[in-house]
Amino acid sequence: MDRRQFLKIAGFSIAGFILDPSLDIRPKGLFANTAKQKITSYIRKWGMAINLDACAKKPGCRACIDACNIVHNVPGLGSPKEEVKWIWKSPYPTVFPEHIHIINREEIKNLPVMVLCNHCDNPPCVKVCPTKATWKREDGIVMMDYHRCIGCRYCMAACPYGARSFNWFDPRLFLKTVYQDFPTRTKGVVEKCNFCEERLIRGLLPACVEVCKENALIFGDLAAIDSDVRKILKQRHSIVRKPHLGTEPKVFYIL
Amino acid sequence: MLGKALTGGKKYWMWVILLGAVILAGFASYLLQLKFGLGITGMGRNVSWGLYISNFTFFVGVAASAVMVVLPYYLHNYKEFGKITVFGEFLAVSAVVMTILFIFVDLGQPARVLNIIRYPSPKSVLFWDMIVLNIYLLLNLVIGWQTLNAERKSEPQPAWIKPLVILSIPWAISIHTVTAFIYSGLSARPFWLTAILAPRFLASAFASGPAILILLCFIVKKFARFDAGREVIRKIAQIIAYAMVINIFLSLVEIFTVFYSNIPEHSLYVRLLLFGINGHLLLSPWMWVSVVLGWVSAILLVNPQTRKNDTILMATCIAIIISIWIEKGLGLVVSGFIPSPLGEITRYIPTTHEIAITAGIYGVGILVLTVLIKIAIAVKKEAES
Amino acid sequence: MFKGSREVEARMYDKIKIIAGIIIFLIIMLTPFWYNSLTGKAAYIPQLKIGTDARQCVENTLYMKSNHANLLNKWKESVVREGMRVHKAGDGKLYIISLTGTCLNCHSSKAQFCDRCHDYAGAKPQCWDCHVVPNNAVGRWE
Repeated sequence: MDRRQFLKIAGFSIAGFILDPSLDIRPKGLFANTAKQKITSYIRKWGMAINLDACAKKPGCRACIDACNIVHNVPGLGSPKEEVKWIWKSPYPTVFPEHIHIINREEIKNLPVMVLCNHCDNPPCVKVCPTKATWKREDGIVMMDYHRCIGCRYCMAACPYGARSFNWFDPRLFLKTVYQDFPTRTKGVVEKCNFCEERLIRGLLPACVEVCKENALIFGDLAAIDSDVRKILKQRHSIVRKPHLGTEPKVFYIL
Repeated sequence: MLGKALTGGKKYWMWVILLGAVILAGFASYLLQLKFGLGITGMGRNVSWGLYISNFTFFVGVAASAVMVVLPYYLHNYKEFGKITVFGEFLAVSAVVMTILFIFVDLGQPARVLNIIRYPSPKSVLFWDMIVLNIYLLLNLVIGWQTLNAERKSEPQPAWIKPLVILSIPWAISIHTVTAFIYSGLSARPFWLTAILAPRFLASAFASGPAILILLCFIVKKFARFDAGREVIRKIAQIIAYAMVINIFLSLVEIFTVFYSNIPEHSLYVRLLLFGINGHLLLSPWMWVSVVLGWVSAILLVNPQTRKNDTILMATCIAIIISIWIEKGLGLVVSGFIPSPLGEITRYIPTTHEIAITAGIYGVGILVLTVLIKIAIAVKKEAES
Repeated sequence: MFKGSREVEARMYDKIKIIAGIIIFLIIMLTPFWYNSLTGKAAYIPQLKIGTDARQCVENTLYMKSNHANLLNKWKESVVREGMRVHKAGDGKLYIISLTGTCLNCHSSKAQFCDRCHDYAGAKPQCWDCHVVPNNAVGRWE
């Protein structure tokens, strides 16, 4: 499935869902329990492939980071101690400590690698949350409910990838502009990448993917055999972060 | 019985006022933390648990250690401990109160704390810790209070209290085991990922808690003229000696596995903790203080001559408390975060406000303990006369 | 006093102190009431600007007046946790669930609608800690 097809189907599914009253997908009563109802019987599995070589073509590029920060109102605190990060760069040896043998491709050794929430199949952060403020959706997205988070930071201790950030201060104090289609967070809650869940439902690709001119980020449905992401993962060699932990990340790195 | 806490000499009231002042100062800092967020502490995205959770862990141990006086008295009929079981139970009460407060001040959204009950999550160890700690608090409060009440009326204990006492014994073990599971089940933190964490927690708890109890006995002897008796203190000192030796043994077992296997993921944490990196000492000076104090006090306690000397015993107890506080607090909790999952090495230094809040919680704990012990001694003295 | 129980002399000690204590307690406890009635602060009725000519909200007005907080709570659970973003109203109409999109589309002034009543009632909803009031927001991407 190419991008256009993806957008079309996603767009149609939401549009049909809203417009066509004959589709038997809406709650029966005013507040019928909708938890078990699915938008379609087909369940997607969102995933991302990151092409390290393509990303490295433009050193210093931070288009994806900026785009993400803007559309999610991620504050720029400028202090490494309290920083909030959804997607960011980290040197290759820190991302793949188990892949740092001395004889390594020169250009890979010092490569900055994009890191974000891995939306694991077995997310350790979900297991430890004492309020179910974070959970795994059927489509593979590890979601956060900022309304419910008590800020115990157990999930931060449990995440093997350092993908979770805590709001040590009121994030609004550090936002220059507020993007109005997405809420900000409040102090005292944990946050992280949501695979642009709010854009997927509108048939849009994640902001970081859409903005990347190098096509270094490939996003799509891992359950669909002909999706872009499945295709590239089939053709090229890919690795994931800390596979020995059994978390089964859904962000793949193409070497 | 509560009225007995309201009659006391000048020294007693001075002490209460001093504690009140410390609590108020802590509360003022907490209000600041509420207003500005947890950013006013030394914690950050890499070291995301600090002084609060360290103290939480330490005091769960202190709370669990009450079992060391309850068990010999109730299960082995060791009569001598009858005089102080209530001290052990009240020490547990004040320790549990502190642990709950330490968790509470660590929350980013304290107003939502009841979400833990509204959305119960049995997969989360924190959920179970909340349950075992609260029930343990209730158990000790009921048992301690009822024991005193019976003593006051010179009546035998009612029949329903015995099953509760028996239950409180495994329950004490459970609170520290579950607390260890908070850490030892996390694949993200190899430093904590060890099956002997719970046994280590228990061994260190059975050294540090009774050490506090011995100091408490000396304090009430001096200030309240209530003598727990030589025999009791000797016996507790023996318990501490065994527990401390087991604690050191278990630490060495850990060290062997980590360094002999030499898996970088595991050994890096211990290296950083003991030796720092590139001239940055990080927590290593603290850790060596803990190691030296631990070893010296273990030797002094195992040797009968030094163990039976009251002055040395008192100093040893203080040394043990400091040693285990460092080992379990900064040494265990903070070190688990250094390095971070992305290899960043972060220094953690608690801020003044963080220390003030911690001191305030100590104030609450000591105040609760003071009041309960004062009542207990008043009742005991009345019953004697 | 009680039949069968020991005869206890019904007498109040320190009568004056106790009664004075109760009176002082009541005065302090009831501060908000007498303070407001003395300063006349409670006497006004908040004037709300609905901000739209539409006859009806998502549900009928009576329901919305008393239950909008519940509705928003359900909405929040529905969108965030269940991925269900459509609300089927009592009359069968469908609405996209959105505080800032749907609600504030009609009630265009938070200050003159939401805040006035919330201030009056002393309610402090946390919604605005995170959700953005459209008028105040700047910056778009795309």
